[in-house]
Amino acid sequence: MEYFVELFLGGLTRGSIYALIALGYTMVYGIIQLINFAHGEIYMIGAFTALIISSVLSLLGLNTIAIFVIASFVAVIYSSAYGFTVEKIAYKPLRHAPRLSALISAIGMSMFLYNYVLLAQTSDFLPFPNNIPEFKFMEPYSHIFSSTELVILTTTTVVMILLGLLIKCTRIGKAMRATAQDRDMAMLVGIDVNRVISVTFVVGSATAALGGVLIASHIGQINYFIGFIAGIKAFVAAVLGGIGSVPGAVLGSFVLGWTESFATGYVSSDYEDVFAFIFLVLILIFRPAGILGRSTAEKV
Amino acid sequence: MLEVKNIETFYGNIQALKDVSIQVSEGEIITLIGANGAGKTTTLMSISGIVPPRFGEIYFMGKPIHKMSPNNIVSLGISQVPEGRRIFPYLTVLENLDMGAFLRNDTENIKRDMEYIFELFPLLAQRRRQPGGTLSGGEQQMLAISRAIMARPRLLLLDEPSLGLAPIIIRQIFDIITKINRENKTTIFLVEQNANLALKVANRGYVMENGRITISDSAQSLLSNDKVRKAYLGL
Repeated sequence: MEYFVELFLGGLTRGSIYALIALGYTMVYGIIQLINFAHGEIYMIGAFTALIISSVLSLLGLNTIAIFVIASFVAVIYSSAYGFTVEKIAYKPLRHAPRLSALISAIGMSMFLYNYVLLAQTSDFLPFPNNIPEFKFMEPYSHIFSSTELVILTTTTVVMILLGLLIKCTRIGKAMRATAQDRDMAMLVGIDVNRVISVTFVVGSATAALGGVLIASHIGQINYFIGFIAGIKAFVAAVLGGIGSVPGAVLGSFVLGWTESFATGYVSSDYEDVFAFIFLVLILIFRPAGILGRSTAEKV
Repeated sequence: MLEVKNIETFYGNIQALKDVSIQVSEGEIITLIGANGAGKTTTLMSISGIVPPRFGEIYFMGKPIHKMSPNNIVSLGISQVPEGRRIFPYLTVLENLDMGAFLRNDTENIKRDMEYIFELFPLLAQRRRQPGGTLSGGEQQMLAISRAIMARPRLLLLDEPSLGLAPIIIRQIFDIITKINRENKTTIFLVEQNANLALKVANRGYVMENGRITISDSAQSLLSNDKVRKAYLGL
């Protein structure tokens, strides 16, 4: 039973990281129907930024919590700027081009970004300091659930609630929903659609970067290629939940996290990806729009 | 108030509008009639900035708007009720109306305008928490018009408000259109295939064929014009 709980919590942690990344995929897809393949790279850049900032700050002798908070903050800002710029350079000029062109541009952007990090940094795995403290009250449970995992879960929950409120209640959130449902009509009621798209990229990049910092702290190492794998997994999670749907992306991420966690725990860690993708295929056969996706007819 | 001067609009290489000029004065109802594919919708989309003209100029209250982005055009006071209503399907009726007032900050007046709309269309009041996509065609058209009014436009562009609706609903909608024109002094630019109906409520009319304006006259003269009667009124 304890083993089950451990796997359950492990899956939850994993799922919440996927969710932080998947949100960016699903929000961007919802608004401009583009799979932003460079999104995983934003997550990777977030982790690298945090590594550089924490290294510098630890030389200054700050305490670890302060380092963690400042590094996360800077990583989020920096990655958001990347997300914003990527959209302006690689996608905005192709707004009226066929969708395939934008998709190719996204793949190109992804390759450009990880190769750039490869050249600017290194191809080796770099150790990532875990600056998240060990909480006293977590000690009795530390063998099944670490303090880091608790921080990941709490942060993700808070971010999701804030994001939900942003989409549901704010002016920009309403504009995002309207733009996702009918872009031309959104323009006709006076929404600045370019601004909505930029905000979507910035918000998606911010959550992805946060995911990058958190998981790097948990795993303890990063390299230039982590964005690819995490990106693909989060993309699977978004499709699983129903691409374009925000609650769907969160649900899909947890389902994927649990699937992987239980497959690793009860079968073998070699089968982690196998089960994840089998699950994806099954969902797509029986529910092509994803778990919470709307099976919308093509707009005429 | 609105001056469209020799605009030419293209979709890629295909030219949809050829040398189109239209004038609308404050307080008028003008109508643009024509067959399917004549370019009526494109004319409205050019005015709203969704498909900006490649050549020519458009002035609104003396300001050039042909290079402005759609949201800035809306903020000057031009709202459109597009063809096919284009209700945000997953937003509630209330949220749809709220989107209409997107550029306004005067919360008190927005509230008052909503009350006015619920008086105008009591059906919408009943359905205020329902997603827009679940409304019937007639209700959606009422919502689309209401959403446009929520912007308090000076000029209201209406694209085929009668399309696909039952005659009794059409009459209701046209009553509302004339009422808006009379009570709020909103200028109305009405695009219609139902020429008979449109010419009855309008002051002046333009006839469009293959992307060109071929006739422009007072609504009354158009109703008695032989060519118009044959081609558009089926008489």
